[in-house]
Amino acid sequence: MAIRVRVFASLKERLGIEQTEIAPEGIGCVADVWRRLTGDDLPPEVLAAVNMNHAGPDAPVRDGDEVAFFPPVTGG
Amino acid sequence: MAVQLVEGEFDPWALLQAEQRRLPPGSFGATACFVGTMRDFNQGDEVEALFLEHYPGMTERELERLTAEARQRWPLAAVLVVHRVGHIRPGEPIVLVGVWSEHRREAFEACRWLMEALKQRAPFWKKEVTPRGARWVEKNTPG
Repeated sequence: MAIRVRVFASLKERLGIEQTEIAPEGIGCVADVWRRLTGDDLPPEVLAAVNMNHAGPDAPVRDGDEVAFFPPVTGG
Repeated sequence: MAVQLVEGEFDPWALLQAEQRRLPPGSFGATACFVGTMRDFNQGDEVEALFLEHYPGMTERELERLTAEARQRWPLAAVLVVHRVGHIRPGEPIVLVGVWSEHRREAFEACRWLMEALKQRAPFWKKEVTPRGARWVEKNTPG
């Protein structure tokens, strides 16, 4: 299994990543996934979702989950 | 259907009429609606076109959650939320929120709440095409 990661909008262009998979070893929460992707701490302006539910940096992430990162939403 | 994502132009008035025809005649006394339309200007620049990205799957779920929450907060006869995705031209509708209820207070309140909640929670992102190039909209206008 793996953790599926998706990135949207300006963040997708900034990181050059739209979708990827990472190994679950060493991953406990949303902030860990970001650190694996970028090597940095999760910035406060970056939003996240786990399995399509809004989630904070400390939200747990398990093998098989889908984690998404995106900038503030601008619909409507 | 209570929630719809639409790629391509839609007629908000036809959708409101179609939804209303599904309701039993006399079962509601108030209809409130909001239609958001694309401007050809933003932040002092001309805007030629808009691209609306979304998170397929999560967007629908989030809109469903919001309509369910609105129906818990207010006694509503029906709710309709329609949102465009993809390429949009100035003058075209982007979003429609329609609410039917017994009385005007809950119709007005639920319509406004839904629209504001959608703007804060639903995973949509706007990219504007201006004469100086394309740019992502970084945050929503306050109202």
